[in-house]
Amino acid sequence: METTKPTVVVIGNGMVGYKFCEKLVAKSKDFNVIVFGEESRIAYDRVHLSEYFSGKTADDLSLSSSDWYKENGITLYLGDPVQEINRTAKTVHSLHGMAIQYDYLVLATGSSAFVPNIPGVEKDGVFVYRTIEDLELIQSYAGKAKRGAVIGGGLLGLEAAKALLDLGIPETHVVEFAPRLMPRQIDDVGSKMLQYKLSQLGLQIHLNKNTSSIEGNGKIEALQFADDSKLHVDMLVISAGIRPRDELARLSGLEVGSRGGILVNEKLQTSDASIFAIGECALYNNMIYGLVAPGYDMAEVVAANICGGSKSFTGFDMSTKLKLIGVDVASFGDPFISEPECRSVIFEDTHKGTYKRINITQDGKHLLGGILIGDASAYNMLLQTVNNKIVLPPDPEDLILGSRGGAASEGAGVMNLPDDALICSCEAVSKGAICAAVTEQNACTIDQMKKCTKAGTGCGGCVPMVKDLIAGTMKSQGLYVKNVICEHFDYSRQELFDLIKINGIKTYDETLNLYGKGDGCEVCKPAVASIMASLWNDMILKQDTIQDSNDRYLANIQKGGTYSVVPRIAGGEITPEKLIALGEVAKKYGLYTKITGGQRIDMFGAHVSDLPKIWEELIAAGFESGHAYGKSLRTVKSCVGSTWCRFGLHDSVSFAIEIEERYRGVRAPHKLKGGVSGCIRECAEAQGKDFGIIATEKGWNLYVCGNGGSKPQHAQLLAADVDKETCIKYLDRFLIFYIKTADPLTRTATWLNKMEGGMSYLKNVIVNNSLGIGAQLEAEMQYLVETYKCEWKEVVETPELRKRFNHFVNAPVEKDPTVKFESMRAQIKAVEW
Amino acid sequence: MSLSESLEFQNVQSSVTGARIKWFIACSVEDVPENGGACVKYGEEQIAVYNFTRRGEWFATQNLCPHKQQMVLSRGMIGSHGEHCEPKVACPFHKKTFSLLTGDCLNSDDCESIKTYPVKVKEGKVYIGVGIETI
Repeated sequence: METTKPTVVVIGNGMVGYKFCEKLVAKSKDFNVIVFGEESRIAYDRVHLSEYFSGKTADDLSLSSSDWYKENGITLYLGDPVQEINRTAKTVHSLHGMAIQYDYLVLATGSSAFVPNIPGVEKDGVFVYRTIEDLELIQSYAGKAKRGAVIGGGLLGLEAAKALLDLGIPETHVVEFAPRLMPRQIDDVGSKMLQYKLSQLGLQIHLNKNTSSIEGNGKIEALQFADDSKLHVDMLVISAGIRPRDELARLSGLEVGSRGGILVNEKLQTSDASIFAIGECALYNNMIYGLVAPGYDMAEVVAANICGGSKSFTGFDMSTKLKLIGVDVASFGDPFISEPECRSVIFEDTHKGTYKRINITQDGKHLLGGILIGDASAYNMLLQTVNNKIVLPPDPEDLILGSRGGAASEGAGVMNLPDDALICSCEAVSKGAICAAVTEQNACTIDQMKKCTKAGTGCGGCVPMVKDLIAGTMKSQGLYVKNVICEHFDYSRQELFDLIKINGIKTYDETLNLYGKGDGCEVCKPAVASIMASLWNDMILKQDTIQDSNDRYLANIQKGGTYSVVPRIAGGEITPEKLIALGEVAKKYGLYTKITGGQRIDMFGAHVSDLPKIWEELIAAGFESGHAYGKSLRTVKSCVGSTWCRFGLHDSVSFAIEIEERYRGVRAPHKLKGGVSGCIRECAEAQGKDFGIIATEKGWNLYVCGNGGSKPQHAQLLAADVDKETCIKYLDRFLIFYIKTADPLTRTATWLNKMEGGMSYLKNVIVNNSLGIGAQLEAEMQYLVETYKCEWKEVVETPELRKRFNHFVNAPVEKDPTVKFESMRAQIKAVEW
Repeated sequence: MSLSESLEFQNVQSSVTGARIKWFIACSVEDVPENGGACVKYGEEQIAVYNFTRRGEWFATQNLCPHKQQMVLSRGMIGSHGEHCEPKVACPFHKKTFSLLTGDCLNSDDCESIKTYPVKVKEGKVYIGVGIETI
């Protein structure tokens, strides 16, 4: 152990404890840092804990890794809480017998869930909501629960209620002692509006309820309230607030508040000058800061001061904006101040479920604070107005109602901010810096702006405002804002699609000569290639150098520069002979094999020069291209359906194969995935696909525009109980309509989200044929179906095309010598880059 | 063309500098696709050569993309950047783009530049300049 460096011991490995370590090592390497954590896990994100139930894993929530601690020279003891602090000897003693001498001690012990003393809280089925372990317990119990309740209608309580909804508990109740929800953030009217919105989403809210006992024989059966009413539930989560973990501080004789919390000064020093407390265990100015942002701020103050700085913590703006179960809730500045200290402007729309309140000074000049429910789009702007003491316009109600009638332009609000208004608080970028980047460095897109100023690279919350500032500045400079493909074409994809079609243009060069400028780029080349493939369905290697790399080599480039090969296995159905053939080929060429998410087999690690040989063998075994490399139809996933399944209503496998073979090779603005399920159990997960078909008693339901990926979205019903022919007819129309009108690299879900009129408009066009283009769309799809050819078959049979699959043009037999593999679980893997 | 042939060195005097550029025959014109690239082996080096038909120009750079150390630039799309139509290549992996004139990365500040090589075409053969010798 280093003895020359001063030792900093951190007790607690939560979000704030971790942030402190991160900040300290970023500032200085001159400390010997030792961390003790009570939980066995490395610090994780508690703010997004409820996402654990909507699919995130403990790993996803993790903030760091044991490698990070190692790389930064930090010693980490997990599952080993500190039991005693000896302030005279300056040592800490852990449960497992570690004794460490410290120069500085940082307490980041956080808080625990506050459990009120209600008779019966020890019963089975009663939980708190604080750690991943709590969530695991809740999850395993929820399977048998039909009626769940949460005690506590605050921020965390509503998060917990969302978790119960996500776990599929059919009936979920929220019980709150106070007369309103989120009593610290919103007022009575706001609470009523929030209550209305939440009840629409299936939550039952009970206010003014004092739980007197938890009834049941061994396990919870009901909640008994002081007003003699009763609520039958078989599961309860208590989220009635937090209690600072100050027991260790108490034991060591540090001063604590009468209602808990370790007393600290503005340097976050406790009553012992070499001991600091940060986060939810610290009591500053009679206040426990139960949000993560002030905790981070405290971490920064202590890290800076230990390194010789002199920063102070002076309280924190507790303004917040969040989405609770899909409902916007925001509270900023002083939300509760009322007459006679101020005037309030209140807007309420019970139809839409929105409530907005702003509190302004008596003289009408300044904004003091407010509340937004249902629509918090104005939050950033309003918060800026409070923090920057911006003088209000003569009609301050415009701030929440939007300007009505007048000619005020969009984004005018942000443009009125003073130049020093802080827009991106993560990276401390002011409005002036953002506008200057537009005018002086020509940063006209959000990506360019991120590069120039770093604005929007942290939490991302300011991105909408940054975009408004870019658009506003460009407009004030007289620049025209239009959605064009790239610098080489002043057209949108849809405009270019029409021009190419009407004029029958067959090559990229001709398109560039007629409608573009410059020499093209990696954005417009594949976009035009996709348009031409969708229109003319020519062999795409006729213009190989305008294709994205994967399309150029008809395979997916992977780490290390080798490719992966995915033959089509329509509907996921495959014979034993074909399985053997795949195995033989993979063995012969030394490929790594894995089953994909789309019910196919992917073979990785193929050298570019082996691709034609591999495909020659696959084609001989009866396979064809799977187009896994193209922005085109990938797979149509199926469940086994009525041929084997005792629940199946129709033959989903046959239908999936029919559809996959119909649309194979069809190129689109982005990849397309489908699914067919044989009954409502939905084993093919069809509602997570671009198009999904589910068998019903009377026929098939057709869903469209679903999406997995980073922003999952359920597909929506386009037509119900239709027969196969109608289903295919609608699919033909839907796919071509998407191909013709979507922006480049836009999946169907995003396309629909941007569409004016949304699903009802799409339904009108596809089902009711409101534009009268139904027959034309069908004919265009029929052309693509009839002109389909397997691209790999053409390559294998054409020596001129085969020649292009070499790494060295001057040494065609040699493979790339830099390609290296490692072994893992008896297969190869690419070397990490 | 065989490997032994292509590794044959040709020393041609540069008219501009007076110094001698060491040229090597990389391949034939028709070996490199129009408006695209191909990879040439030169000893242990890998060089990407680009046939920019639209401009009637040829370029060559290292084949290694410095971003993630991948031997792929010859498989990237080429095009132009900005008002002055600076020729560029985009790496297929993460679309880092590099100037074919200077080798500088055009869309990232923290990415290294790449090496560029002079190219000339004579009687259907593509020559890459791989070094300078003083007379």
